[in-house]
Amino acid sequence: MEWEVVIGLETHTQLQTNTKIFSGASTAFGAEPNTQACEVSIALPGVLPVLNKEAVNCAIKFGLAINAEIAPRSVFARKNYFYPDLPKGYQISQYELPVVGKGVVTIQVPAVGKNETYEKVINITRAHLEEDAGKSVHDLKSDGAVASMSGIDLNRAGTPLLEIVTEPDMRSAAEAVAYAKKLHELVQWIGICDGNMQEGSFRCDVNVSVRKKGSDKLGTRREIKNLNSFKFMTQAIEYETRWQIETLEDGGTIQQATVLFNPDTGETRAMRSKEEANDYRYFPDPDLLPLEITEADKVRVKAQMPELPEAMKARFEAQFGLTGYDAAALTASRELADYFVATVGAGAEAKPAANWLMGAISAKLNAEEKPLADSPVGAVQLAGLLNRITDNTISNNAAKQVFEAMWNGEGEVDAIIEAKGLKQVSDTGAIEAILDEVLAANAAMVEEFKAGKEKAFNALVGQAMKASKGKANPAQVNELLKKKLGA
Amino acid sequence: MINRSLKTLSQMLAEKQISSVELTQTFLNRIDALNPIINAYIALDKEKTLAQAKAADARIAAGNAEPLTGIPIAQKDIFCAKGWQTTCGSKMLANFIAPYDAHVITQFDAVGAVNLGKTNMDEFAMGSSNETSYFGGVKNPWDFTRVPGGSSGGSAAAVAARLCAAATGTDTGGSIRQPASLCGFTGLKPTYGVVSRYGMIAFASSLDQAGPMAKSAEDCALMMNVMAGFDARDSTSLNREKEDYARNLNKPLQGLKIGLPKEFFAEGLDAGVAAVIETAIAEYKKLGAEIVEISLPNTGLSIPVYYVLAPAEASSNLSRYDGVRYGHRAEQYTDLMDMYCKSRAEGFGAEVKRRILIGTYVLSAGYYDAYYLKAQQIRRLIVQDFVEAFKQCDVIMGPAAPSTAFKAGEKVDDPVAMYLQDIYTISTNLAGLPGMSVPAGFSTGGDGKALPVGLQIIGNYFDEARMLNVAHQYQQVTDWHTRMPDLAAEGLA
Amino acid sequence: MALSTEDIKKIAHLARIEVSDSDAASTLTKLTGILGLIEQMQAVDTAGIVPMSHSQDVVQRLRDDVVTKTNQREEFQKIAPVLGNGSTELAVDHGLYLVPKVIE
Repeated sequence: MEWEVVIGLETHTQLQTNTKIFSGASTAFGAEPNTQACEVSIALPGVLPVLNKEAVNCAIKFGLAINAEIAPRSVFARKNYFYPDLPKGYQISQYELPVVGKGVVTIQVPAVGKNETYEKVINITRAHLEEDAGKSVHDLKSDGAVASMSGIDLNRAGTPLLEIVTEPDMRSAAEAVAYAKKLHELVQWIGICDGNMQEGSFRCDVNVSVRKKGSDKLGTRREIKNLNSFKFMTQAIEYETRWQIETLEDGGTIQQATVLFNPDTGETRAMRSKEEANDYRYFPDPDLLPLEITEADKVRVKAQMPELPEAMKARFEAQFGLTGYDAAALTASRELADYFVATVGAGAEAKPAANWLMGAISAKLNAEEKPLADSPVGAVQLAGLLNRITDNTISNNAAKQVFEAMWNGEGEVDAIIEAKGLKQVSDTGAIEAILDEVLAANAAMVEEFKAGKEKAFNALVGQAMKASKGKANPAQVNELLKKKLGA
Repeated sequence: MINRSLKTLSQMLAEKQISSVELTQTFLNRIDALNPIINAYIALDKEKTLAQAKAADARIAAGNAEPLTGIPIAQKDIFCAKGWQTTCGSKMLANFIAPYDAHVITQFDAVGAVNLGKTNMDEFAMGSSNETSYFGGVKNPWDFTRVPGGSSGGSAAAVAARLCAAATGTDTGGSIRQPASLCGFTGLKPTYGVVSRYGMIAFASSLDQAGPMAKSAEDCALMMNVMAGFDARDSTSLNREKEDYARNLNKPLQGLKIGLPKEFFAEGLDAGVAAVIETAIAEYKKLGAEIVEISLPNTGLSIPVYYVLAPAEASSNLSRYDGVRYGHRAEQYTDLMDMYCKSRAEGFGAEVKRRILIGTYVLSAGYYDAYYLKAQQIRRLIVQDFVEAFKQCDVIMGPAAPSTAFKAGEKVDDPVAMYLQDIYTISTNLAGLPGMSVPAGFSTGGDGKALPVGLQIIGNYFDEARMLNVAHQYQQVTDWHTRMPDLAAEGLA
Repeated sequence: MALSTEDIKKIAHLARIEVSDSDAASTLTKLTGILGLIEQMQAVDTAGIVPMSHSQDVVQRLRDDVVTKTNQREEFQKIAPVLGNGSTELAVDHGLYLVPKVIE
């Protein structure tokens, strides 16, 4: 029997604001427990919420980035449930009227077993603003009776979130991860989320169900909560899919459930706290008024937004004559694109800049597990290096040596070229002198060439390059040799 | 002294005929003597109170006094006041010392008014008799066997028994106007959004509104000048220009169109109350007002709508009382669920629990549309009634409560009968309109005791200054508002 | 819509309020009365009427994204509840609020 997995994602992105969504408390990560829990964060009697303008701007940016309809009027609702990290006993969220409506995210999915990708459009159902909950801490510092309790830290309570919900459009772990990665890049690209998954800034809930291939009915889904790494996401989806298929093949049924992924065992298990069916009793929050977003608001926010990856890709193809593949690769992240643009801006030619960036620099970063931001060779330095190739100061081969030296912090391009004596010889007289010596020393090869052996020509070039210690300009060597041999 | 208007007291303070400390001490002495019986105050803190009075005297001496500088005001225990016990009439918050000030408290502090103490109230403002308070009932100063009304029962008794110069109250369904009617003084619920709700412990957020409870319309105007105003911390606070609520007090009423909704004079209205209201209307005619019969056809639906919307909002507003960060936590519990369920069962009284359950039920899956949504739709019909009515008149008048003060214990076991107390007041909360109750006379109950009756005045949005004018002009030709209960007859000096 | 004591218990559980069996029975009587009052609404035809959440037709005001709150942990935790179960200490530890073990 052939099974098909159906996957939808709900992603909680923490918005990059200074303050909480409904109060002026700081959202900085890592503060001492409850030191950023103001009277609104801890829900003292009588406190009231006031909406953060920047959180709304972030939502508008996201809506514009995915070509979604941005609601002219959206409504905040209360989601009622009791949990110690939820101080009001309700979460302020959006329910019937979310701020962002239907949109699309286009992803490139690595094809199984092939070194290529395919494109897929993932439909976004909605994105809505809401507040984050606090945190439960289980390993307390004190001993005795207290040690068996949980501690509640409300610093995170009220941090603005944009929850982004997809249609159940994904059909494999690879597609789900490709979407999550794309979304992860996008929210950082438009500057609404720092993308820090370790700190919980980008958390995915993955809804997984399976069905027989060809069926158009959805199976019962289980929701894997709070995945905060792409590796765990792959493992969790693959485990969950296998588990569901095995359960069904063994004659069992799937119960709708919320599950947690345990990275140590690689397994998923149902959450105990979510066993009972929830009845969230959503209703419009009477403490907040409808959020109005006008065309003018959208225009204002749009003006603050960077060029989006799709637009930038098209521009790179048109402006720099890059291939679609190269342009897509360069716009896979804002950092990479910015680096490329800066390199070209510093005078480098586009194609070599793209090649070096995705070749030598990427390889180095991968090997050293460094992000681009930590590259010892910056955009301006790379441009300097490429310019020395273009102006014939050094050969491509020499450039590789110079790059190594730059990476290792040995100095600036010109200083390294000088120090290593890598300057290319382009002086006709000097090259002719070398050639004369080579021809004299390799009379046999000259004869072979004259007898019609084309290979002998290349061998002579090689000898000349060797004699120049690699510094002779290869194009000039070729040209002058031809002249001398009367070819 | 205790009967003087705020204006007179303010002048006496300015002219140094009396100091704020002396004035405050006069009220504190009276509270010492009467409060043990009347139970109008939950929390007193003489040290804090007198310190404020002293500061007020210094401010008066320095020559930068405001009209209410040095005036002792009673604050309903629903307002958080930093360093004060703030209980909201509940065991849940019996030990809660507020760590911040409500906007209303800040406003009074800013003008140098003196906080005399925190007044008793129905638990979380849920009640019409003050009998749901964890701190015990409050006696109606006109008859100690009767209730003062609610939920602002403590403030009401304090104003009526002259245990303060004036008081604050809050009104979600009538909690300023019904006690004002039952205790015989002037109370105003402003337009929703005029007084900030920040720091005012929430009952039903879309209906709650704070307002003054005082001896006259003029006093209410002076109180409003302090309480009203924009506050950025309350999203529902309206950003309007500051106004002087006393500016129209002396305008003549010639040509004023008074609408009398026939639904306010139908079945359910006590005959004695009806007679008082009719006499008051006749007085207005003498003042040059014109009477128009109007209809508010959906008045009867206001109670069912209110008892869906208010409990729904309350059930959610009161979820924060979970015993985790403040408030009551059960002494014994086994696990988290047990801690929640016990803390809340112990911390809340019966009426609060009932309303939480009603609210939870009407919002729960499968019932939302039939109850909550339906109620919100009818709410719009009720508002439209008023919009139509105000096309025909300037103000609407009628009774504030269907009867005079009832006996303590009479309705405690019959929530539905208790809820009907607010039949004439609730619709203005649903519409967000301003309403007030003005003493209009007395009606003699079965046991021969004369009990006060309040005339309700409902105005259009932001029309408080006109309503105060309408009430003030009446108070220039009548003396009902100057009547004071004979506490000696109740066995008190 | 007639309620049962089972319903009362379910609602009470949702609202996290402990009710004994005898409480449930008396609560049922009172709630049934109140729901009877509320039922009057069902006679009204409300087709096409837009529900009303706020009495004023105004929109949400937005706050500038500027930190205005300072650390008040000490003050706020002075009013923490007493731990209970034999302890008279406040239910806080190293700045955290203490609750019975949260099981996920």
